[in-house]
Amino acid sequence: MAETFGNYEDITQPHNQNQEYMNLSFSPSSIPIKQRWRNNGLSADFLGDYFTTFFPKSDDDPASLRRQNEIKNAVSYIANELLENAMKFSDEVLNHTISIRLLLDKDRIIFSETNGVSREQADSFRAFINKVMNEDPNELYMQQLEENAMTDSSAGLGYLTMVNDYGAELAWYFEDMGDKGIAVTTEVKVAV
Amino acid sequence: MATIEGENYKVEYHPDSATIAIGGALRLAGLGEYAPIIQVLNTALGEHPHITLDLKKLEFLNSSGIAMLSKFVIEARNKETVDLTLCGSSDVPWQGKSLINLQRLMPKITLVVE
Repeated sequence: MAETFGNYEDITQPHNQNQEYMNLSFSPSSIPIKQRWRNNGLSADFLGDYFTTFFPKSDDDPASLRRQNEIKNAVSYIANELLENAMKFSDEVLNHTISIRLLLDKDRIIFSETNGVSREQADSFRAFINKVMNEDPNELYMQQLEENAMTDSSAGLGYLTMVNDYGAELAWYFEDMGDKGIAVTTEVKVAV
Repeated sequence: MATIEGENYKVEYHPDSATIAIGGALRLAGLGEYAPIIQVLNTALGEHPHITLDLKKLEFLNSSGIAMLSKFVIEARNKETVDLTLCGSSDVPWQGKSLINLQRLMPKITLVVE
């Protein structure tokens, strides 16, 4: 059984294969995924740098420089948050690969990140998703900042900053993997 | 002066000018790992009525780092007697997007973006 939340487009479909995309996968074996925290930043910065190729800058046009810098930063921030969440919530027992794919569409960049979670984690994540989908994102963000300060947590803040500060649209796909728990795909779309 | 230095970041607390300068790229794993920096921020909060937080050289901050700054701003706001000046840079894209939220938490913050 599969569930979708929001406008999920599934960029892994073959009709997207003739667009620019990049895929990174992290195997669950060897060093435990949670010990690879440093790799999140390295991978995110790499993706940010890589995608600037498609937004060339010209030295005599300061606007093009600024745009390239904005895109690099947005890709790096969003990819880093997706990878950090994947590392935090991946259930090691379930032995899932974590993957992140970026696709360059006409006027937007689409991120798609997949990791495996337990059924209990999927339930609490579903409750958070419902809040994000149904409440005013701006109010929810400010409310979350106040709550996090009281509880010493940063839960959910990554997704809320993507929506509020980067104007991103979020969607999710949950796929039941039987004994292997739930494969959660988070899709993030930002206009460029 | 107190300094905390990590792989890609540096935090400097200058008690003489009540200034905390944070630079580099901060992507620590969760608020727990930000505890040493939170401690420096809280020390400043206990020692000065007017604090300057200089983020001009902070090129990257993850959402746990944003949670850390929000927590500090909320604590400064709740003290009522503290004035906070936040220095940012328009050359650093995340600051243009996210710093304004800190001012929404504490409207009397002085936000200086150069």
